[in-house]
Formats: sequence, structure tokens, C-alpha cells
Amino acid sequence: MTPKTLYDKLWEAHVIRREADGTALLYIDRHLVHEVTSPQAFEGLRLAGRKPWRTASVLAVADHNVPTTDRSQGIADPVSRLQVETLDQNCADFGITEFKMNDHRQGIVHVIGPEQGATLPGMTVVCGDSHTSTHGAFAALAFGIGTSEVEHVLATQCLLMKKAKNMRVQVDGALSQGVSAKDLVLAVIGQIGTAGGTGYAIEFAGSAIQALSMEGRMTVCNMAIEAGARSGLVAVDEVTVAYLKGRPFSPRGPDWERAAAYWRTLHSDPGASFDRVVALDASTIRPQVTWGTSPEMVAPVDGRVPDPDREPDAVKQESMRRALDYMGLEPNVPIQEIQLDKVFIGSCTNSRIEDLRVAAAVVRGRRVAANVRLAMVVPGSGLVKHQAEQEGLDRIFREAGFEWREPGCSMCLAMNDDRLQPGERCAATSNRNFEGRQGTGGRTHLVSPGMAAAAAIAGHFVDVNSL
Amino acid sequence: MEKFTRMTGLVAPLDRANVDTDAIIPKQFLKSIRRSGFGPNLFDAWRYLDEGQPDSDNSRRPLNPDFVLNQPRYQGAQILLARENFGCGSSREHAPWALVDYGFRALIAPSYADIFFNNSFKNGLLPIVLDAALVDSLFREAVATPGYRLTVDLEAQTVTTPAGQVLAFAIDPFRKYCLLNGLDDIGLTLQHRDEIQAYEARRRLEQPWLFADPVPGN
Repeated sequence: MTPKTLYDKLWEAHVIRREADGTALLYIDRHLVHEVTSPQAFEGLRLAGRKPWRTASVLAVADHNVPTTDRSQGIADPVSRLQVETLDQNCADFGITEFKMNDHRQGIVHVIGPEQGATLPGMTVVCGDSHTSTHGAFAALAFGIGTSEVEHVLATQCLLMKKAKNMRVQVDGALSQGVSAKDLVLAVIGQIGTAGGTGYAIEFAGSAIQALSMEGRMTVCNMAIEAGARSGLVAVDEVTVAYLKGRPFSPRGPDWERAAAYWRTLHSDPGASFDRVVALDASTIRPQVTWGTSPEMVAPVDGRVPDPDREPDAVKQESMRRALDYMGLEPNVPIQEIQLDKVFIGSCTNSRIEDLRVAAAVVRGRRVAANVRLAMVVPGSGLVKHQAEQEGLDRIFREAGFEWREPGCSMCLAMNDDRLQPGERCAATSNRNFEGRQGTGGRTHLVSPGMAAAAAIAGHFVDVNSL
Repeated sequence: MEKFTRMTGLVAPLDRANVDTDAIIPKQFLKSIRRSGFGPNLFDAWRYLDEGQPDSDNSRRPLNPDFVLNQPRYQGAQILLARENFGCGSSREHAPWALVDYGFRALIAPSYADIFFNNSFKNGLLPIVLDAALVDSLFREAVATPGYRLTVDLEAQTVTTPAGQVLAFAIDPFRKYCLLNGLDDIGLTLQHRDEIQAYEARRRLEQPWLFADPVPGN
């Protein structure tokens, strides 16, 4: 038999039929839904007189618009409130399981899916959200879709799509002290570019990936989309299986053994062919800091802001100039001299318990620098928040001067009240440093949780190991 | 969905690489539960000098005179000329909704981000891929020639310049068929209802855990 990649296996297991041009009808096992990209899809169903094909496949949660401060009075912004109420109503009308805003399991959709065991190896997982790639850490074929496709999956349990190409990102060796999954994936994006993975499913492999916890693997797959790939993947191993044992939606009893046996086949076969292979040596990766307005604009913490004059490509040079202008940075400035106004620890990239533990270990017994106006921690879910509080992490953050918030997407995209003011500069553990992403005119630098914590204490970027 | 067959339209050149969907339609407008009305906020942060909100009266907001879509010569543009990796970032379909609501029917760029590319087809917006060198020459011509118009013929898969140069583009046959006929692909998929049900029945036996009902109250 021809050796297959993990992506080949997942794809082939879900193809129901193929059109002459290769377009496949692909079956979807899990559909995660949030309030921003679903209202028009539900409206479409109603207008066409259709019903969801299989409501048990759907899990819904409000995460983008929810306040991270006191929720006892509901959502103040009437437009945000209407969007969340619309999700509640749609879920009630169509019989869909939803974790509502005040449910202790509520959180960011890409945090709660795995946390609940609603994301399982071998599944196809979709959500109207590009960071659905996160779930590929479980060897699930997971990708973001638009609202028309949300409606399509609700109505048919399927999608029409073409197979992507296979890319393997091979990362071998050991990450250095203070270097995390976030630094690893930022280094990958720096190397292949923000469109380097367009048209591919990326499998992350190698000893450095295998050494990561599930949280770390989720961070890596989460940002596959920032390299242009709709899907990131990591093969199943015992770390995966152990994570899933006993989760609310995980299989139980005899099904558990059957499922786990199948999951253990979910890896690329030896000799499987990839259309592109990229290799990195983990030991050479330094803590990363983005300096521009695309995640590929990234430098090691001991580096400098690059000089557009040295860029030969005219389109890239223009992008760099525009980025530096927007970011208010001069070429050749050392990254460690960049002063910060705000620090945000959270988002579907870095808001899991392990992320919070790393950040808390850095800030323990220290104080947020005077020039940092706001440092905030937004746990990824109610369960993460509870766990962190059990461990006393909330006290460590509060005593250092951080705000400890309720779970949600928060300042990653600033749809709620958590946002940057024009010109404010933020160290963020999120995934996008686009213009205006964290608030109109706001300036975002992407870093790991440890690096964000260190920046909060120092008031500027600093190697987390030097504190 | 509106059919796409053949159109001739004014071209607006947006000379930036990696234009992301946050730039195409900023997050504050995503709170809408409708799929129309996004046109006035297309490229909002570049187009206006102030910060727009969902309840802003856009007709009273100060325009950024330097932004391409605000220049008189590009009023009424229906074809957007763009650079590589157009539409990267978020999966928001509000991006093609905003482009269509503004009046664009076709895009021409060397490459697009996958999700945006896919979303465009679902909304009758044709994202044409042309070689980067050709796109570059179209940029030069569009900037040099006021009133520069291109003709897009989907059936023939061609873009024709005012000088009569014919540029061929590739497109998936299935996507072409859907666009030419303005087809709702949910209806097409439901024609295969029996096959979907047969697949599901088989999978229920092989992997029953995938079909478990969510456990409420856990």
C-alpha cells in the first residue's frame, strides 16, 4: 500500500463522493459555533425552511462579544448583546447544546472544544473561525469556514471542498529554557511567511513537537493559519490519548479502548510523500517578538527592528515601511528598547492552564512596571480560570498588578470593551498583529506568555531568561 | 446567489500585499446579525480619518483623501486589483459581503488566502488569479490610464484589457458552474442525501463514539 500522510488518512476517511474535477463532498463530525459567524447561517436555514442535519454534532458558545469584567448585569453594548442573545435563541430554537455566558464551562471556542473532549482524533472539526486549526493538535482535520459554509454544514453535515497539498514542518532538537511553543510557531511563520502554507495542510512533526504538551501543540496548530494553512496537524501519541481520558464528551467504557486503538493509527506512514518539507532546529530558536503588522514580521528578542532599505523586493519593502510607520518604530532599534503601554495574556493561542502557569512563574513576587497602564490575564475558559484559582495563580497575578478577568476572546480582537487606544503599544500572547486588530490605531507585538509576563515586569521587551 | 457571466468594469488598484480581512472589514462591524449593509465600512480604517462604529452616520465622516477608493477617478469601481495573499487572516465572510455590497464583482490578484478565496465564490464575487508579473503590468496600466476598464468573461475564463490583450485564468470547473448559474450549493449537496445517510450509517457502526449525544450538565 502507498504510504499515506496523516492528512491523507483523515481526508479519505471523510470523503462521501467526488465530482469529476476532484471536488469532494466531505463529512463533518464536529461543528463548533460562536455568535459572530453564525446568525446569518441560522437565518439562511430559516428562510429556506431547513433544519440542522445532526444537532448532536454541534456545540455552541459565545466568546467574542462577552465582557471579561463583571457579568452579573449582562452585556452593556446593545449590539453585542443582541448578537449573543441571537445565538441563545438560535440554539434554543434548533435544539443545539450551548454553553451560555454564565455557564462555568463557557470560554473561547477553541479552548472549550478540546477541554470538553468534544474535539477527538480522527474527527473533521469545523467552526466559522480561522483558528479552528487549533484542534488539529489532536490529529483532527480541523479548519475555519465562512458563514455560508456554516449554513452548509448545519443543513447537510457536509462541505464541498478540494483536497489541500501536504506540507510537513519538521522541528527536531530541544527548545532552550524560556523558549515555548509560541516561539517555535512564530519562528516557523518567520521562515515560511504568512502565505507559505496557503493551499497546504501542515503537519508539525519531529522531536520538538512530540516533546510539547497538548497545550503547546494547540498553540502551534492555532497559528498554522497565520502561515496561510487552513489546517495544522500533529500525530496522535500517548500524550494525546492521556489528555482525552475522562473528558465529558470523550468516549467511555468499551468505546474508549476501540477509539484509542483507532486513534493510535493516526500518524503519517513512514515514507509518506509530502509536497513540501520545511525543517527547523529547535535548539536555535530564540524567544520571538513581532515588530510589524503581519505575523511573519518577527525577530528574536535580542535582535533589532529590520531596515527596509536592506529588503531587495519592492513590494515587501513597501510593506515594511508601512508597517514601521504604523507601529511607530524606527529601523535598527533593538527589540529590547521597545517600551510598552499594555500587556495582554489570553486568546485561543495562549490562555490555557499551562500558559498561565508559565506567566505566573515569571511575575511571582514582582510588580508590573510603572509605564504599563494595564496588564491583564484573560483565562481561556471558566474551567481554566477555576483551575488557576485553585492553584493560586490569580493571587500571584493580582499581587503583581495584573487584572484577573472572566474568560473570552477579549483583546485579541477587541470586539468587547477590552481594546487598545490609538497609538498604544501592547505585548500580546494572541495571534494577529494586523493594523487595528486590538483597537483602531493600536500597536500589537506578538509574544509567548512568559515573554509577555517578563515585558509587563520590565516595561519593555526583555529575554524571559534574564529576569 | 447572483449569477456571474460576463462584465466590464472600472478597475481600482489597491497596492498593498497581505491585505487582511480585519482591514477589509474591521471587527466592530461584525456585531451585525445581517449579511448586508457592510459596503460603507469596507476598508473602514483606511477609508475614513475617524474611527467608525456600527451606528456612525458614514456620510458625515471625514474621508481619507489618499485612499484609493476615495479618489474621484475610481468611483463606481467594480473590479479590485490587489497584491499577493489578499484576504488573509480571519474567516469572516463579512469581508466578501462588504466587497460585494460596495459594488465589486471581481478581484484580480496573484494569490488569495484560502478561506477568503472560498468565501468569495459563495457570494458571486469572482477572485481571479493571474501571474504576479501580469498583475504588476495591470497595476501600471490602471494607474496610468484614467477610466481603465477590464472585461471579465467567466465562460471563456479571460480578462481583456482596453488594448485588446486577452489574459486567460484558471478556475475549478465546479466553482465555475455554480457561479455561472448562481447556484445555492446546499441544494446541490442535498441531492446526495442518500449517500450522506449511507455514510453516516456505516460510521455509526465503525465509530459509534462520534455519534454520542452531548452529555448535558457535565
